[in-house]
Amino acid sequence: MSAHQQAVDGEAILAVRDLSFYYGDFRGLNKVSLDIAQNKVTAFIGPSGCGKSTLLRTFNRMYDLYPGQRAEGQIIFHGRNLLDRKQDVNLLRARIGMVFQKPTPFPMTIYENIAFGVRLYEPLAKSGMDERVEWALRKAALWEETRNKLQQSGLSLSGGQQQRLCIARTIAVKPDVVLLDEPTSALDPLSTAKIEELINELKSDYSIAIVTHNMQQAARISDYTAFMYLGELIEFGNTRELFVKPKKQQTEDYITGRFG
Amino acid sequence: MNRYSRRILTNRIGIGLSMLAMAFGLLALLWILWTLFYNGFAALSWDLFAQDTPAPGSEGGGLRNAIVGSLLIVGATALVSTPVGIFAGIYLAEFGGKSRFAAATRFVTDIMLSAPSIVVGLFVYALAVETLGGFSGWAGSLALSLIAIPVVVRTTENMLLLVPGSLREAAFAVGAPHWQVSLKVTLRAVKAGVLTGILLAIARVTGETAPLLFTALNNQFYSTDMSQPMGNLPVVIFQFAMSPYDNWVNLAWGGALLIALMVLAINIVARVLFRRKSSD
Repeated sequence: MSAHQQAVDGEAILAVRDLSFYYGDFRGLNKVSLDIAQNKVTAFIGPSGCGKSTLLRTFNRMYDLYPGQRAEGQIIFHGRNLLDRKQDVNLLRARIGMVFQKPTPFPMTIYENIAFGVRLYEPLAKSGMDERVEWALRKAALWEETRNKLQQSGLSLSGGQQQRLCIARTIAVKPDVVLLDEPTSALDPLSTAKIEELINELKSDYSIAIVTHNMQQAARISDYTAFMYLGELIEFGNTRELFVKPKKQQTEDYITGRFG
Repeated sequence: MNRYSRRILTNRIGIGLSMLAMAFGLLALLWILWTLFYNGFAALSWDLFAQDTPAPGSEGGGLRNAIVGSLLIVGATALVSTPVGIFAGIYLAEFGGKSRFAAATRFVTDIMLSAPSIVVGLFVYALAVETLGGFSGWAGSLALSLIAIPVVVRTTENMLLLVPGSLREAAFAVGAPHWQVSLKVTLRAVKAGVLTGILLAIARVTGETAPLLFTALNNQFYSTDMSQPMGNLPVVIFQFAMSPYDNWVNLAWGGALLIALMVLAINIVARVLFRRKSSD
């Protein structure tokens, strides 16, 4: 099944075709094909080492930072293969943002954390930047908590707040796609709930791909779910269908907790 | 004697020997400091800062020309070695990786770190003093920079290597080009450590004598012209301490105290900075 095209209803913002990925000689992904639907949440689940994070990191070419890692196949984004050598990775990453497992605020003020990425591509005047910072913080449900301390260090926030700051920083540059790599695994349940709520609100403006270890989370927040195992895409489809009546035995075993 | 009491005895002997070694080292250090403070504070006076080094046989005198000269030479050293050292460190940590050029740079830097300073002085003498028309403050700064730069390079590199990969990835993930990631995010994350490295490098070169003997030489008169021979504390101490004149020897003690206090101050600032860490 992994070689088949995995389509979604409606528009696909990213179309992954026969994507294989190599860490040196080790193959981390084997001919994965699927679509990331526009303005929907797509979740990637599977046991550790199944390649779900690897897949996510091909979408913004994060692997380019590490010599020896390479991808084969195609990921079509706005009509072009983003794996193409000629693709400018900085521009790509401004359009496909990413939030990581551990909150990673930059060592600067809350305001600067958000302005940093915006300033790279948009020469906004002071008032325009102020507006953008407020807009992003409001979107990330962090404005009320930070409006009076924008000049404080981003590191002074709590873990959950830091993660929302990272989300604000990512959406401030107005990307098309937001990639979330286990964004709540380092957070407490309350902060997790806030982030999940946020993801639900963000999908009206962004297409979201999220890697999660937490199957309940995938079931709660995603429209589509991909189950991966040993670098292969085992099953992909509508989240409700995949969880209620999975087509593959392996998927059923995993979501019922029989392995993984 | 059973095993247990023998173990206790061994322990006591071990502790006794290490205490002895510590006392030996500490005693020498305290002795030096005590002598320095005793003679140095006796030599402290307003004239030390207001008058220039005296001619042989004349009375009194001070160290004004040497103090100003030292500040200028070390200041210029800091201005040169800070950017060079930081950028080289950034190259090694962020761009060079395991490339041959980076490995060679690291190797050379390590050699420079342990090179005898007199060799550096002779090198600059042959390179700059002989060819460019004589001893000068600039040549002194050049020699001191060659000693300071490797220290700054290695601390910058080591500090940057401590930055978690996730922070670097996060900066790339907003679409920042590599140079902005390095300068605005990773370097900023470790700026306290890098600053400490710079201060320690300056502290180290403040007391260097050998490189200045062959480069800045000395100047009996007050001068702020870096292209001329320039008075400086280490060389003045070196010359005056071995002179037969009492007032000269006295001035040498005063100069030694000043350098010691300066280095102490820099070290304290560096420690405070490093402990406070960067929190912006």
